[in-house]
Amino acid sequence: MSSSTEAATKASWYKRNEIAATPWLFLIPGVAMFLLYVIFPIFQSINVSFYDWDGLGEAQWVGMGNYEELYWDDAFYVSLRNNLIWLVLYLLAIPAGLFIALFLNQTVTGIRLYKSLFFFPFVISQVVVGLVFTWFYDPTFGLLNQFLAVFGIDPINVLGDERFVTYGIIAAGIWPQTAYCMILYLTGLNAVDPEQIEAARLDGAKGWKMLWHIIVPQLKPATFIAFVVTIIGALRSFDLISIMTNGGPFGESRVLSFYMFEVALSEYGFRMGYGASIAVVLFLIMLCFITYFLWSMYKDEKGGR
Amino acid sequence: MFPTPIEKSSRTWQLSYQALLPAALVLWLLPLIAVAVFSIKPDADFTTGNYWGLPTSFEFVNNYGKVFFQSDMPRYLMNSVLITVPTMIGCVVLSSMTGFALGVYKFRSNIWIFFMFVAGNFVPFQILMVPVRDLTLDMGLYNTKTGLVFFHIAFQTGFCTLFMRNFIKALPFDLIEVARVEGVAEWKIFWHVVLPLMKPALAAMAVLIFTFIWNDYFWAVVLTQGAESQPVTAGITSFNAQYRAAYHLMSAGSIVAALPPVAMFFLMQKHFIAGLTLGAVK
Repeated sequence: MSSSTEAATKASWYKRNEIAATPWLFLIPGVAMFLLYVIFPIFQSINVSFYDWDGLGEAQWVGMGNYEELYWDDAFYVSLRNNLIWLVLYLLAIPAGLFIALFLNQTVTGIRLYKSLFFFPFVISQVVVGLVFTWFYDPTFGLLNQFLAVFGIDPINVLGDERFVTYGIIAAGIWPQTAYCMILYLTGLNAVDPEQIEAARLDGAKGWKMLWHIIVPQLKPATFIAFVVTIIGALRSFDLISIMTNGGPFGESRVLSFYMFEVALSEYGFRMGYGASIAVVLFLIMLCFITYFLWSMYKDEKGGR
Repeated sequence: MFPTPIEKSSRTWQLSYQALLPAALVLWLLPLIAVAVFSIKPDADFTTGNYWGLPTSFEFVNNYGKVFFQSDMPRYLMNSVLITVPTMIGCVVLSSMTGFALGVYKFRSNIWIFFMFVAGNFVPFQILMVPVRDLTLDMGLYNTKTGLVFFHIAFQTGFCTLFMRNFIKALPFDLIEVARVEGVAEWKIFWHVVLPLMKPALAAMAVLIFTFIWNDYFWAVVLTQGAESQPVTAGITSFNAQYRAAYHLMSAGSIVAALPPVAMFFLMQKHFIAGLTLGAVK
């Protein structure tokens, strides 16, 4: 009896506040999961980075000790430098994607199949892409060196040479990323206003001028997304390095995410605190971009409604 | 249309474009074609150095048979399915709810909760590695598929909420107003009005999540080890260790591992591309 009256008051409270309460009820499960697995761990990581900890025993407070060690660690600078190379070169996927999209933006028979086949590399896991490119670069039988041999160039061991290794891996990463940018631009090109193009044609614009002044500005939303996903992809790079070189030769192909994994979870010992401090540096780099992305989205929202 | 439609250009350019298309495609997919050719070659071709010549015999059945019947590959594939499908369902359920809450209701913290999801989704996930591994160990879920599924659901909810919320925000709001005037309960509005309209978005999201999770490697390595729980992306490395230098088997294994998302893409192409390019057009 008492429980039913309780239910009744609950129901009436809910009824009175339905519109205010409903969003929170719908948000609880998702927000709780996200806080537990994503938001709290960010702060936990920052906290751990001030400790010396092997993951099992007692953690030892070392203050800025881990960051001080980073400052003197050559491997850290190699990783940081490689991260910057990744960031800059990865962005090439955006213009490359645009040009493939322009090439494919026609209506000949079978073009739909061509578009999907060009998109293909993006759907494949990076692990497989890594394997495929490892063989492509292989100094004894790899296609790259077979090709170079035609021009009388001696075989290059791309992944074994510290001068080339990072570029070799980035090339493998750009391949699927270009496919992604291409699909974004194909969608964007579909929505370009045909009247503006006709008007510009009447004014005598064509080729590069038309592309730069009429088309590219209209592709701005696609470019923004391409930029966001490419930056994130570049900073998250891990799979390819792990598969293709495992950081080698002599750690020359490491990036921050790979180096932190190595420090925290591999045979180099379980140095959780030191690993976390590397992750924090990576996070700070990303934070600059996240702030910019959110700021752009915020401006959009304000304009929207 | 830009560039100028090919029908309106000269006959020579039309013909050369038609010839250029397949040539460009072959060049673009060359590394993949090489692997496909490798996977049907006999072992002997590699020992005799016949890497790029025609296969001396056609060993499709043999090579793929070995992958399926004499290795752990089927187990890894099964693990991948058991990780990917529950994650897909979990993400769809959670994010249709969060997306509904953030897309329909106006309240002060709305935009901040939304930005929390977006920002969390952009984070380089390596920063989560140490605490999430620790959390998973504490819950006794280390080296289980469940542990991996929980993390994936939570992390992907960020992306999915962004996706669903933007989709719901673009729906005609009048529908909800009308239902409210009729006195329909809020949860019924979700279930009977909004959810049916979200179907295309749900399909798009499901195929995207399938691909992302199937192809995940980092978390598979961090949270699992061994054939009883590792998905195929992590399994392929131990498979390759087992068949070191057996290129025909490694190729066949890679193709098997890569195939499910490819099949998903070709079957659900429209939804897949709609999902990936959401927001690319205003």
